[in-house]
Parts: sequence; C-alpha cells; structure tokens
Amino acid sequence: MRPLTLPRLLLRCSILAALLFVVVVIALKLGAVQVSLYGLGRDLIHVLLGQSSAISSDYGMIVVDIRLPRILLGIVVGASLSVAGASFQALLRNPLADPYVLGVSSGAAVGAILALIVESHLDLTPELAGLITPLGAFLGAAITIAAVYLLGRRDGQIDSSTLLLGGIITASFLSAVIIFLMSTLRGSNLRGTVFWLMGDLSTPQPRSLLYFLLFGFLVAAGVIYTTASDLNLLLAGENEAMHLGVDVPRVRIVVYLAASILTGMAVSVSGAIGYVGLLVPHLMRLIFGSDHRMLLPASALGGAIVLVIADTLARTVVAPSELSVGAVTALVGAPLFIYLLRRRLA
Amino acid sequence: MSSPHRSPMASIEQQRTNPDVRLSVEQVSYAYAPNPSQAPLFTLEAMSFQAKPGEIVAVLGPNASGKSTVLKLISGALEPLSGRILLNGFVTHLLPTKTRAQRIALVQQESQLLFPSRAWEFVLQGRHPYSSGLRFESDDDVTIATNALAQVGATHLSNRWMDKISGGEKQRVILARALAQQPLLLLLDEPTLHLDIGAQVDLLDSLRRLAAENRYSVVIVTHELNLAAEYADQVVLMQKGKCLRVGPPASVLQRELLEQVFQAPLSVEMTASGRPRVTLFSNT
Repeated sequence: MRPLTLPRLLLRCSILAALLFVVVVIALKLGAVQVSLYGLGRDLIHVLLGQSSAISSDYGMIVVDIRLPRILLGIVVGASLSVAGASFQALLRNPLADPYVLGVSSGAAVGAILALIVESHLDLTPELAGLITPLGAFLGAAITIAAVYLLGRRDGQIDSSTLLLGGIITASFLSAVIIFLMSTLRGSNLRGTVFWLMGDLSTPQPRSLLYFLLFGFLVAAGVIYTTASDLNLLLAGENEAMHLGVDVPRVRIVVYLAASILTGMAVSVSGAIGYVGLLVPHLMRLIFGSDHRMLLPASALGGAIVLVIADTLARTVVAPSELSVGAVTALVGAPLFIYLLRRRLA
Repeated sequence: MSSPHRSPMASIEQQRTNPDVRLSVEQVSYAYAPNPSQAPLFTLEAMSFQAKPGEIVAVLGPNASGKSTVLKLISGALEPLSGRILLNGFVTHLLPTKTRAQRIALVQQESQLLFPSRAWEFVLQGRHPYSSGLRFESDDDVTIATNALAQVGATHLSNRWMDKISGGEKQRVILARALAQQPLLLLLDEPTLHLDIGAQVDLLDSLRRLAAENRYSVVIVTHELNLAAEYADQVVLMQKGKCLRVGPPASVLQRELLEQVFQAPLSVEMTASGRPRVTLFSNT
C-alpha cells in the first residue's frame, strides 16, 4: 500500500515540467527561419533579465516576439483543455468526455462569435472589448454543457451513449450555426470560420490577454484541484460518493463552472481545438493512474507539452505555409478516440 | 423541508434515548411520488425497530416490499415523511454529509468502476470522511486501511486490480472500505447477491465476527431467508410497504406468515441451534 505523497507528486510534476521546458526550447528553435541554439540561449537570457532591447539580430526578434508568445499561448490553451477534459470525464462519469466531443468547444465558439457581434454594436473601451469574447465563450460553454448534460440523462441517471450522442449532435448543430453566423456577418472571411471550426494558434494575441489567460487558468484549475479527492470518489457514482462524505451538489457545480471557464477561455483565443482534452488525460492515466490529485496537474503539464508539439508540427511540416493546429490534433486524436471507444465496447 | 411540527434546530441536537440502543427507527413512514400533485406510487407505512451495538438485523421481504427504501432512510439519503431515525440519539438525515459518513457505512450492490483502481486504493477511499479538502493520506489512514483488509481476510488482494478479482473477493474489499470508515452502523444492500454459497457463508461469518468484535450495529437487506435465519439477531419482515413483524428469527420466520408473504408453499423446521430453516416446494 503506497498512497500518493506530496514529495512524489512534486517529483513527477517536475519531470513533466522539465520535459515541457525541453519541448519549448525545441519549438523555439524550429520554424521557417533557422535559429542557432547559442543565439537562442543568449536571446532568452536577455529576455529573462529584462533587456529585450539588447537583442540585436532579426532572428532574435522572430523568436522572442513571434514564436515565444505563440508557444506560451499553446501552453495555456493545452493545459486548460486537458484539465477541462479530465474534469468533464469525472463529472459526467464518461471516459470519452472532452470539451470538443461534447460540443462544449463549439458552444464556446458560438458564444465568442455572438459576443463579437454584440461588441461591434456597443461603444466599449478596448480593455472591456477584449474581455467580452472570453465572457461570451464562457457563457456558450456553460449553456452547452448544461444542455448536453440534460440530453444525456435518462431516468435521473447519466447514460453514457446517450450523452455522447447528444454531445456529437450538439457539436455538429453548433458548427452549422457557426458557418451560418460567419457567412451572414459583414466583413467576415473564410479564414475566420476555419479558425473557429478547426482551432488555430497563429493569430497574434496582445500580451495583456496572455497574462489574463494565465491568471484565469491558475484560478479555475486551482479551484478544480481543491476537489481532486472528491472527484476520485465521484468516479464510483454520485450516490456512493455521497455515502463517503462528498458534498456532491457543491462539487458538481464548482467543477462544472470552472471547467466551462477553462474551455471558454481556451476557445476564445484559439477556436475549437479537438481531442487534446480527451487524449491527454487518458495518456496521463495510463502513466500515473486515475488519482485526480496526480492526474489534474499531470494533465495540465501534459496538455501543454502535447499542444506545443502539435503547434510546432503545424508551423513546420508544410513551411513556409501553415496547417491549423486543430487539424494536427484531430489527425492523431480521432483514430485514438475510435480505438478507445472500441476497447470500451469490447 | 422539515415538517411544521418539528423545529429543525432542536432536532439536530442529540435526543435523550436508551443508551443500550444504537439505532432507533421510530414510527418512520415514507411516500414516493414522481411529482407532488400525484398520488404516491409507493408508500411505506409507519414502522419501528431498534438495534443494539453488535447486533445484526436482517430486513426480509419480496421484491417491491420497501426493503431498500428502509435502508435508504436509515442511511440518511432519504428524509422520512413522518417519524424519526436516531443513531446514538442523532437524527440521521440531519447530520452533515461528512459526519454521517463517519458514522454510517453503506455497502451497496456492486459499484461500477469507471477507471480501474487497486484494492488498497479503493479501501483508502473509506478514509475520505475524515479528510477535508485536498489532502494526502496519513500513516494512520494506511494502518486503518491495512487492518480493514486484514479483518475481512483480504490482505492478499491489496495490490490486485478491482476489475480483475472475483465477485466474492470484490465484496470483501467493498466491506473493507466500509470498515475503514470506522462506522457505528454498517448497512448492507443484498451483499450476497451474485455470490456462490461458499462465498456467502464466508462473508456472513466475517460480518458476524466483526459485529461482535467492533461493536457495529449491522442492518442487512437480503432475499436469503436461510442466511437471515442463521446469522440475524433480529428479522424485520416486510410486504408491500408494510412491516409485518419484527423479532428474533424463530418468531418471525413461521410457515403461515412466510407462505402468505412470498406466495409459495414452504416448510419451516427448527435446527439444533434453535434457528429456523426454510425449505421450498414446487407449486405443482
């Protein structure tokens, strides 16, 4: 009998963090423009010392001003989607749950687009306008997950296959809504639609938004983490969890809201990137087991690693052109989803 | 939520009761209606019984007699329509969820596991009521869980996966988790369902020993007339939401009464140990 201890948790997390660091360095180096490892190290030290002006080369500018923010965005989005996925899987007692499969990402995208439409009719300061898209995305995500949850209930119990079907139908319906909204909007373009449907990290985001996302992620994921022990028991069913002392209604609402915030934030800056929230928690479960005290931080770090790798592939495989990162995750994720579904039915 | 004639502030406090009695079900009734305007689909008429520490009470009856409802009421998951259920003088359904889980452990019909866990992880879940928020198990928790596994004779299963062990072994581990809760009251819902007779006797032997050693009060809902006759100190016989008789097995398990309740011809004889034994006959 060897229960999880804090030192073991921290050790495992630091191994994953070290792996993430290596992946980030490689991602900084790779791209249409080649950068030497020495130049990269020198430029990064300059950034860390706050001497951005000391960076002389154009290559350094490419790394620090273009690649680094995009990689940081990938880290936050990947971590958010994975933690949301792990949370939905526990909450809905469905190992195939994921913000994308359940239609929550599409709901967030619809919310974000509607927020953009509303914003264009209001006279807002730029700071306020920047927040309205994440807010719309959160509301879209929250409403969608509530709808899917109700669709998946049968006789007061969550029915796995009904829930998945409900999610998939909701996702395709909402995708149609997105296409409709984009084609009727003034000044819309095809690129924007693809962004929301496939997921993309290439749009440059202001630095303040990046900090906002990071802060939001830490708060929402932190709140979910406080319920990690309760989520372990919830896997055995709500009734059983209640008899083991879990305040089920409170945990349900807290995790549901926090996971919707994570999904909404991720989708508002990157569109609907699929399968990260499904693939990563499963991978982490295979390695570390299904204890949420380990699984949640491992999923956050693992999600960051996977999405940075996927985005680096999206940037480089057809360079100087680009793939959308959602296409990369779907190419890998969809077959894996089929595999998991088949194994579950067997 | 509470009935008008009862102040909730007063009833959450400990009531004065007979100190020998641990569980006291007092004139408890219940009605289940899917919506309040309709006539209830199921009603449980007022019933009473008591259990002392170390005592095993078996609740018997045909399907839909209300056995499981009684268990849910005692566990505090349901609120009685009238009457009250006291555990050491506290009204069970008014206890905070955590406190209740420290005092009442429920062993349900096989719980389905979403992701496999090892037996020891499963047993450690029984320590959850004693933690708050995010917490890591202490050495005490590990000792208690280890002892719980040993008490049900399942130490060798500790490192096995829950989905890779037999039904009887799994039922033992589930019982060990309940013991890890260190409860005053142990509730079991059809614990012998899906078990072969060897495993049934094993389980009930350990249960009787544990009830005596740890002074648990035990309530078992079961279909097995003969297991109840052999192991129970008291039997509660139910039919269609009515409690027909409460008492020692010999006074409840009588031929006329059982034939009427189960609608089947049978005979009852006394064994050398003074416990009844029920035999079934074919209708034709």
